[in-house]
Amino acid sequence: MIQRIRFLKDKIISKLMLVFTLASVSLVFVIGIGLYYRSIPVLHKLSWFQLLTNSDWKPMKGLFGFYPFIMGTLWVTAISIIIALPLSVLTSLYLVEYAHTKVKRVLIPFVNLLSGIPPVIYGVWGVLFIVPLIQNHIAPHFVDFSTGYSVLAGGIVLAIMIFPLIVSILTEVLTTLPQELKDASLAVGATKWETIKKVIIRKASPGIIAATVLAVSRAFGETIAVLMVCGNNAVVPHSVFDPGYPLPALIANNYGEMMSIPLYDSALMFAALLLFIIILLFNILSRVILARLERKLTT
Amino acid sequence: MTTSPHISVQNLNVHIENQHILKDISINIPNKKVTSIIGPSGCGKTTLLKSFNRLLDDIPNVKIDGKVLVDGENIYDPSVEVTHIRKKMGLLSQRPYPLPMSIYDNVAYGPRIHGIRKKNELDELVELQLKATGLWNEVKDRLNASATRLSIGQQQRLCLARGLAVGPEIILGDESTSALDPVSTNIIEDLFINLKQKYTIVLVTHILRQARRVSDYIIFVYMGRIIEFGPTEDVLLNPKEELTKEYVKGFIS
Repeated sequence: MIQRIRFLKDKIISKLMLVFTLASVSLVFVIGIGLYYRSIPVLHKLSWFQLLTNSDWKPMKGLFGFYPFIMGTLWVTAISIIIALPLSVLTSLYLVEYAHTKVKRVLIPFVNLLSGIPPVIYGVWGVLFIVPLIQNHIAPHFVDFSTGYSVLAGGIVLAIMIFPLIVSILTEVLTTLPQELKDASLAVGATKWETIKKVIIRKASPGIIAATVLAVSRAFGETIAVLMVCGNNAVVPHSVFDPGYPLPALIANNYGEMMSIPLYDSALMFAALLLFIIILLFNILSRVILARLERKLTT
Repeated sequence: MTTSPHISVQNLNVHIENQHILKDISINIPNKKVTSIIGPSGCGKTTLLKSFNRLLDDIPNVKIDGKVLVDGENIYDPSVEVTHIRKKMGLLSQRPYPLPMSIYDNVAYGPRIHGIRKKNELDELVELQLKATGLWNEVKDRLNASATRLSIGQQQRLCLARGLAVGPEIILGDESTSALDPVSTNIIEDLFINLKQKYTIVLVTHILRQARRVSDYIIFVYMGRIIEFGPTEDVLLNPKEELTKEYVKGFIS
């Protein structure tokens, strides 16, 4: 009897866990369907193609072109990754392969602290420091005029925000590589740098990609800090010094205001749906790449 | 001693994390012979082996005093270039660790680092070393396949070939057969016996049968000290020291 109760408990608990897991996973679908449902009004009026490729954003006239926002999102995210990825790979390699234990003990908490700073502080810092820096010192070398509020400012601020994320994942990945593998390379007379270049980075490449994916997903969605520095101008940026208007900023700036305009609410929901789809596609794509890479490394 | 020493260790002391791992080690490793280091786990055998090619350098909080002379040159002298020392020695670790690249590239890895770029030179070297380790016939049709596709035993021989490709004088084996099946173990042991014509070989092992079969000399290490050193038969069959006797009989492990 007692035996049976024990087994029963085991069964109930495991089923309960399954239910909770499924419930949280199904949220992905619930959110997706919800966003689609609320976007239907605007989708009735304009086709997907029109919404995605049109550059005109004139809600009063019923024109909703998302192309500038999609480009704004891509520009800011791409700039942030281009800046953050090499920096964080080199930092992680330094921390794991070169840094003395004592140095590590001091530096790693600082890196972690970076990820704990609220986005709004990064935004303020961006406005006070990065924007004037670009306006007065960087942009004049390349273009006639820039206010400093630009996709570059957004990319830089974002890069600093995702940097600790990539570093913390990469240091984890690098410390799990077996010492014997490094020894194998060192033992034939390779230097540390040769070992890093030819063995460690290759062996860690799935981890590097996984870390990048997480960082990019985070970057796509980061709102407040980017919104404060990137100008929020609904035009397609043509250089890094042009302002941009990423999708999350569009939603955050306008949702709840001017809701009397017809279809406006639906259009903002469509913006959210777009962001959702971009992140979803990106994640699927990176899974495919990761699987390919792992297969390549083992076959 | 019948032959001149190849590696000469003089008053070597190693501390790791404030623990005294090797205590005042002095030993001459004979040239072109197989010398096995035996002893219970944690006695410092592997540390001693790694002190020969300075792989201890990268361990945090390590302190090394004393001299290790290879061909009369103190490898711990600050003016010595560490890659030059390591090139002289091939290392075979406990488990095979093929580099994440093809079979060919694994063997060509060392030579390329040391500046050999010509395709036909590399081809020759790869073939030569794969033949020396008896792998050639097994892999010649799939040199570009990933090294991880080989069996564990093949991988270990590949790692040996990788080490030999840079033209070392010494082979260091750290319990190199402990992850292998009996057949692969035999192949590796036979390789060691053949290779000692050209190389000085130092092995760490805790398999006494292997030590007896393969080696000419035996070093018995216990608690960081060398207890006994001598020709294989003497140490294993007529140990002079009480501790060696107990270890050989299986009383301490």
